[in-house]
Amino acid sequence: MTATTTPTLRARDYLSDIKPIWCPGCGHFGVLSALTKALAYLERPKEDIAVISGIGCSSRLPAYLDCYGFHGLHGRALPLATGLKVARPDLTVIVAGGDGDGFSIGGNHFLHACRRNIDLCYIVMDNAVYGMTKGQASPTTPPDWTRSPLTPNGPGIPVFRPAAIALAAGASFIARGFSGDPHGLSELVARAILHPGFAFVHVLSPCRTFRPDDQSDWKQGVHPFTDRARSDAEAVPALRVDDDGMGIGVLHEADPTAHSGPKDTPADTDRAAAIDRIEAELEV
Amino acid sequence: MTARTSDHSQPITVAISGSGGSGALTAGSILLAAAQRCGRYGLMMRAAGPQVRGGESVAILRIGPTPVTNIGDRVDLLAALDWRNIERFVDELPLDSDSLILFDPDSGPVPDPIAASGAEQSGVRFANEAKAQPEGRANMVAVGVVGSAIGLSLTALSDAANEILANKSVETVRATQACITAGYPKPALAAETVPTRSAKRRWRLSGNAAAGLGALRAGVDFVAAYPITPASEMLEWLAPRLEHTGGNLVQAEDELAAVSMLVGASFGGVPTLTATSGPGLSLMTEGIGLAVASETPIVVVDVARGGPSTGLPTKSEQADLDQALYGLHGDAPHLVLAPLDVGDCAFTTEWASRLAERLQTAAIVLSDQALGQTRAVIDPPAAAPPVPGRKRVDQDRAEQSPGTAGTAGTAEERPAKTAFARYRQSADGISPMSIPGEAGLTYTADGLAHDERGTPSSNAAHHRAQLAKLADKLNGHDYGDAWARRDCGDDYTHRNGSRPISLVTWGSSWGAVQEAAMRLREQGVAVQTIALRLLAPLQHEAMRRALADSGVLVVEINASGQLFRYLHAERVLPSAARSFARPGPLPLRPAEVLDSVRQLFGPPELERTEAAAISDAGSSRRLGGQA
Repeated sequence: MTATTTPTLRARDYLSDIKPIWCPGCGHFGVLSALTKALAYLERPKEDIAVISGIGCSSRLPAYLDCYGFHGLHGRALPLATGLKVARPDLTVIVAGGDGDGFSIGGNHFLHACRRNIDLCYIVMDNAVYGMTKGQASPTTPPDWTRSPLTPNGPGIPVFRPAAIALAAGASFIARGFSGDPHGLSELVARAILHPGFAFVHVLSPCRTFRPDDQSDWKQGVHPFTDRARSDAEAVPALRVDDDGMGIGVLHEADPTAHSGPKDTPADTDRAAAIDRIEAELEV
Repeated sequence: MTARTSDHSQPITVAISGSGGSGALTAGSILLAAAQRCGRYGLMMRAAGPQVRGGESVAILRIGPTPVTNIGDRVDLLAALDWRNIERFVDELPLDSDSLILFDPDSGPVPDPIAASGAEQSGVRFANEAKAQPEGRANMVAVGVVGSAIGLSLTALSDAANEILANKSVETVRATQACITAGYPKPALAAETVPTRSAKRRWRLSGNAAAGLGALRAGVDFVAAYPITPASEMLEWLAPRLEHTGGNLVQAEDELAAVSMLVGASFGGVPTLTATSGPGLSLMTEGIGLAVASETPIVVVDVARGGPSTGLPTKSEQADLDQALYGLHGDAPHLVLAPLDVGDCAFTTEWASRLAERLQTAAIVLSDQALGQTRAVIDPPAAAPPVPGRKRVDQDRAEQSPGTAGTAGTAEERPAKTAFARYRQSADGISPMSIPGEAGLTYTADGLAHDERGTPSSNAAHHRAQLAKLADKLNGHDYGDAWARRDCGDDYTHRNGSRPISLVTWGSSWGAVQEAAMRLREQGVAVQTIALRLLAPLQHEAMRRALADSGVLVVEINASGQLFRYLHAERVLPSAARSFARPGPLPLRPAEVLDSVRQLFGPPELERTEAAAISDAGSSRRLGGQA
C-alpha cells in the first residue's frame, strides 16, 4: 500500500477479532483501548508493529491486536523483543505484561533492558496479584495482604518499586498511567513509543477478581505526579521521596542523547565477498 | 632422533609442557602454523589447569602427511621446558619406551611419574640456550628443536612465528627468530629435507571458529549469547566477523535472555544462532521448547564439557546427548546434530541452520570441548547440502490453491481483520511463515497450544493436529546422505558366513574410531564406521540397512552409554549390539577402541573365531548381551 491510498486507521481497526479472556471489569481492557488509541494517533501501519508478551492475564494482549505479536515465555518478553528490535530496527516493538512477569520471574531482564536502552515501549499492567494462577502475591503486593492461601500470613516482603528501580537501572523514559484513564494513558503510551530508547510505562490496572476490596479506591487515589527533581542526579532520590506509587504522568525522561541503541548496520552489502575474505584468513 | 620422529610418512605426536608463563601453548601454536606451511595436516589440543591466567599447561600436537583426525594413542616426543606440576598431566601424556623426552637438565631430572614410562631421555639446555639471545625465551628454542625433529623447515617455523607473534614488539619477534634458529640443528643434522609445500590450500582453525564459519555460510545474521567455557571463543570469533557480514551480536544478561533474543530475531525473519555449554543449555531449554512450539527457527550450539552441573568446564565429554534429545518438556520434536571433526563443525552448523530455517524448528548442535578448542590444519570443509529456505507465503500460495493462505487488505477498502493461517496444515507439515512488515499477514506466534491461526486453544483436535504437524515436518524431510559419515573401507564384505563389524559413533569420537577401523582393516578385519551427524530425527531405516548382519559396537565418551541406549530405544540396533562408553575428560584414543573390539569380538583372528561361534547353537552367539 502506498501512503496516498492508505486509509486512516481508527483505534478499533487495530483490534483483532479475538475476544479477550479477561474478567468483566478488568483494568487491562482500558490498557488495550489506550494502546489502540495511541497506535491510531501515531498512524503506524499494523504490519510494522510487533507486540511481544510473556505469560499472565495481561500477556494475552498481543492476540487481541491485529498486528504482529508473540506470546512467549513467562518473564522473557523483554529479551524476545530485544532480539526482534536489534534484528529489525524498522519495526515498532511494544512489550506488554504484568507485574509477576516483569518484576519477579523477568526481573533481571527488566534491569538489563533499562540499561541496554534498546528502543522498546514496555507496558506493565500492574495489578499487584497473580491472576492467571488464581490470586497469589506478586512483587508489588503489600506485605500484609493475607488473601492468598500460599502466603496466609502475607508475603511479608516490602513491595518492589518499579519506577525507582527502573530509574536506578538507567531507564531513559519512565511513566505511570492508570487503566481507568484510557485517554491519559494513551498519551503516555504514544510518548513512550516515540521515545528513542527504552520506555517503561507502569500502569495501575486493577484486578476485580482477586483484589476486589483494596484496589477499588485507585480511581480516587491516583493524582498527577509532581516532579521536584531538577537533574538526573536528583531524580532517584526524588522518586524515592515523592513517589507514593499513585502519581500519574511522565516520571522521568532522560536526554535522548543518552540513548545507545543497536549499532548501525554496516554498509557491507556483498555478503559472499565478506565470507570469502573471512575464509582467506584461515589459509597461510 | 629416534626412527619414529624422523619418519615423516606417519603421523607424529609431540607435546610441549611448561609452567605458567613458559609459553608452551604459544610454542605449540607456532609448530601447528609451521606444519600448515609445510603442507602437513595436524591438530593441537591443549591441557591446562583451571587457572584464569598462566599456570602450567601442555600443548599436544599430532602432525601428519594425511588428515589427522585424532590425537593418537601415545606421545612420541615430549619437550618439557620445566617440571613444575607436571604430575597433573601424566594421564594426558601417554609416553612409553619408544618415546623421547627432551628436558632441560637445569630444571632437574625427569620426575618419577614421567620417567616410569621408560621413555628415552635427552637433556637440552633450553633456558641456557635462550639466555644467549637478548630477550630470548626457552619455549622458542624448543620450537626450533622440536620443529626440526618433526621435519618442519626453518623457513616455515620462522614465518609461523611471525604470524603468531604479529602483535608483539619488534624486539620480541627478533629474539624469537634468533632462539628458533639457535634451537634448530646445524644443516648437517637438520631435517630440512621435507620441502615446504604450498600448492594445496589448507586451513588452520579451531572447531569453534569452524562452527562460527558454518553459521556465516548459512546466513546467520543474529547471535545472542552469554559467555561460557568452552563456547566463548566461538562468540568471540563471530563478533567482529558478523560486523563484516551485516549481522548483530548481543551479549545477553543470561542464557534465558539469549535464547529468547534468538526467538525474537528469528520471528523478525533473520537466521539466528547461539553458542553455549551444558549449564547454559539447561537454562535455554524452555526457550528451545518455545521455538519448537511456535515454529520459529533457532540454532543452539552446545560446546559440551564434562558434567553434571558445573562439571569440568575446560575438558570434554559427550554427556549432553540425553538432554539434547529429551530435555524439552512435552512432545517437542526438534533437530539434534553433531559435528564429527574440526572441519565438520562448519558443515554441520551450516546444515543445522539451513534445516532449522526450512523446518521452522530448533536445532541443537552438539559440539564439544575436544572439537571446539582443538586447532587443526585441515582441507577446507565442504559446504552443507542445499536446503530450501523458509517457506514464505508466496511460495506456499504457489503450492496451494489460491485464497487459502490468508487475505491481504486491498488499497481501496479499509483493511479487514486479518485471518492468516500461520500454522495451517500442509502436505509436508511446513506452514507458510510471514514476517513482520508484510501487510495482511499479521499473526501472533504462541507457545500455548493453538489453532491454525495461532489463537490459543485447548481443544483436543487442535492439540493433536499441532503435535502431528511438528513431528511430520521433521520426519517427512529428505535429509539425503549427510545424516551420517559412513566408511566401509575397501572390503566390507561377509566372508565365509562371518559377520563384519560396525563401529557406530557420533560427534568427536569419530576420529579415533575411524583410525581404529583403519588398523583393524590392516589386520584383515571387515569393519565399517557409521558416525551419526543427524541424531534426531533418527534415520531408522537407513540405519537398520547399514547395520544389517553386522556385529555392532557403539562408541562414545560418556559414562552411561547415552547413544547406545537411544539407539536401542529406537530399535535400530540388533539386540546383540555392544557398548563401549567411558566418561571424559581424556580424549578417546584408537587403541581403546581396538581393545574394546578385541574383548567383545575376539582376537585378531576374529573372523575365524566369529565364524566358528556363529556356526554354534544360536543361543551361544558371541555377540549376545549388553556390555
